[in-house]
Amino acid sequence: MSAIGRSLKRLEDRPLLTGAGRFAADNRADGQIHMRVVRSPIAFGRIVGIETEDAAALAGVVAVWTAADIADLPPIDFRMTRIAGLEPYRQHVLARDYVRYVGDPVAVVFAEDPYTAEDAAELVFCDIEEEEPCLDATAEPVPFMPERHPGLLSEPATIVKSYGDIDAAFAGAAHVLELELKVGRHTGVPLEARGALAVHDRETGMLTMYGAAKVPHYNRDSIARMLGLPQDKVRLSEGHVGGGFGIRGELYPEDVLVCAAAYRLGVPVKWVEDRREHLMAANHSRDQVHRLRAAVDPNGFVRGLTDTFFTDQGGYVRTHGGTVSDLAAALLPGPYLIPAYRVEGHIRLTNKTPSGTYRAPGRYETTFVRERLMDAVAARLGLDAVEVRRVNLIPEDRMPFDRGIEALGTHVLYDSGKYHDLLERTLKHLDYAALRSELENRRAAGEAVGLGLAFFVEKSGLGPHDLVRMAVLPDDTIEIVTGAASVGQGVETVMAQVCSDVIGMPIERIRVVHGQTDRIPIGFGAFASRVTVMTGSAVKIASEALRDKACALAAPLLQADIDDLVLEAGRVVSRSSGAGIGLAEIASQSAEALDAEGLFRADHMNYPYGIHVAQVRVDTELCGVKVERYLVAYDIGRMINPMLVEGQIVGAAAQGIGGALLEEFVYDEAGQPLATSFADYLMPTAHEMPPVEVLVREDAPSPQNPLGVKGAGEGGITAAGAAIAAAVDDALGRPGLVTRLPIVPTRLHASLYPR
Amino acid sequence: MAEKHAITLNANGKDYRISVEARRTLADALRDDCGLTGTHLGCEHGVCGACTVLVDGKPVRSCLMFAVQAEGQAVRTVEGLAKGEVLHPLQKAFWENHGLQCGFCTPGFLMLATGALEAEPDLSEAELRDILSSNLCRCTGYQNIIKSVCAAASEMRACPPSADR
Ligand code: FES
Ligand code: FES
Repeated sequence: MSAIGRSLKRLEDRPLLTGAGRFAADNRADGQIHMRVVRSPIAFGRIVGIETEDAAALAGVVAVWTAADIADLPPIDFRMTRIAGLEPYRQHVLARDYVRYVGDPVAVVFAEDPYTAEDAAELVFCDIEEEEPCLDATAEPVPFMPERHPGLLSEPATIVKSYGDIDAAFAGAAHVLELELKVGRHTGVPLEARGALAVHDRETGMLTMYGAAKVPHYNRDSIARMLGLPQDKVRLSEGHVGGGFGIRGELYPEDVLVCAAAYRLGVPVKWVEDRREHLMAANHSRDQVHRLRAAVDPNGFVRGLTDTFFTDQGGYVRTHGGTVSDLAAALLPGPYLIPAYRVEGHIRLTNKTPSGTYRAPGRYETTFVRERLMDAVAARLGLDAVEVRRVNLIPEDRMPFDRGIEALGTHVLYDSGKYHDLLERTLKHLDYAALRSELENRRAAGEAVGLGLAFFVEKSGLGPHDLVRMAVLPDDTIEIVTGAASVGQGVETVMAQVCSDVIGMPIERIRVVHGQTDRIPIGFGAFASRVTVMTGSAVKIASEALRDKACALAAPLLQADIDDLVLEAGRVVSRSSGAGIGLAEIASQSAEALDAEGLFRADHMNYPYGIHVAQVRVDTELCGVKVERYLVAYDIGRMINPMLVEGQIVGAAAQGIGGALLEEFVYDEAGQPLATSFADYLMPTAHEMPPVEVLVREDAPSPQNPLGVKGAGEGGITAAGAAIAAAVDDALGRPGLVTRLPIVPTRLHASLYPR
Repeated sequence: MAEKHAITLNANGKDYRISVEARRTLADALRDDCGLTGTHLGCEHGVCGACTVLVDGKPVRSCLMFAVQAEGQAVRTVEGLAKGEVLHPLQKAFWENHGLQCGFCTPGFLMLATGALEAEPDLSEAELRDILSSNLCRCTGYQNIIKSVCAAASEMRACPPSADR
């Protein structure tokens, strides 16, 4: 039986269930000291001085550093989407001259005990001359650091993209619609906060950082460069990772600080942040305002669209460079034809926590924006919202569809898709007409219930390539070494299933090593839903090479013709004689090692797509929104493990619902963050979660990889804001009411009962 | 450095003689002084429940309790759930129903559910959902956690595991 497409239990679960997991904070080394970061209490200001004497004098304190102590360290560079002009906005590991957000690291304390480090950190006094903070990304740009960079403004870059004849589209339009829409500031918030342990081995000269995640190879190179060490003297090691969601594993100031300290102080250095720090120091995301103009035909067809948007990127430009804005700009048109489009995306800095990517970056925001537009078109023209989608969707016979613009430096080419078909299947699954009339009856009886539907296109499988190595070990197991990373999504199981499918070995006999920079020279890590697509394809290629090599080596051993040999259940068997030999035996009897390599390249991303449907009930007095039912329909080409796919989708939907209704980083006028605990930053609990139905389809496999797969990790979140907004409008009978996420009770109340 | 107190912590039936400051949390003592790192810290302010352990059979947020307060009481952590190689019905059900992804919240959910089901084996799904809503998971969306706990609850009713303390 094929190992692909089966809901096998995960290989990674046993240690996690028994408390034997190794998360960042679980690492320890003899003689370790503890690092605590002193953070700016002020949103924007010039550093006059930092007094560290009292902290340094505390018993148990080993050292206290400010920027002056590490003046040789360069700022943290971009990993992606480097755009000209962004350089001066990069963040130094400790603030120099200015602080730019509450939480900006200004000093670090090292002590023998974490409690002492915390005590000492409180004794550090920052003398900061406050400046007027900028908290509105749509306001005119202001000076970034007036004295250090005179004239440099808070708009590092503008992204412009376009295709089609936009003037002609508007010239002949029957209707022109204008909308302003906003998606609030929220982020991944993995349940494990960040942490790391760095150890420098004097004898070998090797600097090792434990607690790496997401992009260990890239971060190894960056840390080596920043500390002036040869690349082969820096090693990053990933253990268990308590959730990634885009934010974890990017190179943060604290990672560089632990490494620099272990190297310079000559003792192992451990750092574990607390949740308050996490919420004001790890990447935020979203936070965009879009201003749309659409030219629409009488039948609801959108013939042209312009968008000016502002991304509030916080205090500095971090590793992602312009990634989020670039993706937003390129993927806003989504599943619709929209023959003419022009977008201008302003990357703006403010005095809030710097931001980066969070699951479905740029797509969660623009799906909300675009689907709000489709609903607005329906309302304005008196059409059915589903019919407006039908009129605008890209038809199947236009696939592959060339969008005519670029995203992340790759040409946007929708590889495959049956959009109309999925829409009809979704409506049928819901028994849409019956559901609508049921809700109408409930509304007639006085309940504020409604339904919202939103279409989305995701992207996955970012190249350029991925390498895996595979070998048969003496105990008759297969070891797969990959440069991919695991952030808790089941990488080991999925890769083992792909390999098992070719080799016939049960997955329990296949070991997957990931996130270890000393085991494989290159690796791109885990982001952009790339692992199943890129690493999975590389595993398939390597498995096939291993199969061929096993047969070639077995031929003389079995005295058989190679064409007579097949690999069955992990043994090479002669079809004619029935004689067979196990893989480990082949390896032990051959002069050559039984191993293989697989390299997979991809020039284009692929584009899974789907639909979210939300049914909500609004409490019209208190303005709370209860999601009663939720459906995600998602075509991902091909499933390796349906149980894991469903798990990804439901988990992502929970985050999407959180972003639509609960989660928001709020700041006061002075730039003080008001959501720095889980009591203020509200995430869904089991109470807020509706039953989530999942309708996974495999109707449009990707022609771009040997497995036909597309990424499954992000689509569960993408259209949540859009679908819930539409459902709230519908429940209240107020088309276009929701223009901003999250839909919190205070704002909903204000728009329902204006004073 | 502040004064330390010599205490004996009993965790999973074993005594740990440790010396801690009065302000040291039970979670830190379990993790750093007893080496029981299966108990996780997700917020250290009592909301997420990742640090849930059983103290005299009752689920407790170990980040909100001081180690010195736990002296003389029986503490149970995730490390004590399985009997050797044999997993507890809850652990088995989480595995079978994909009740975990990253696994960081899992020990807290396992201990919360263990405490709840040992106290009251006949909880309904709605009651279980209510109890489980006191812990946070950022990966699963809770659906499979609830499924896992319900599955384990019916297995535990059928053949109750001997609760050793
Ligand atoms: S760590 Fe104790 S409740 Fe979150
Ligand atoms: S499985 Fe990751 S937080 Fe629950």
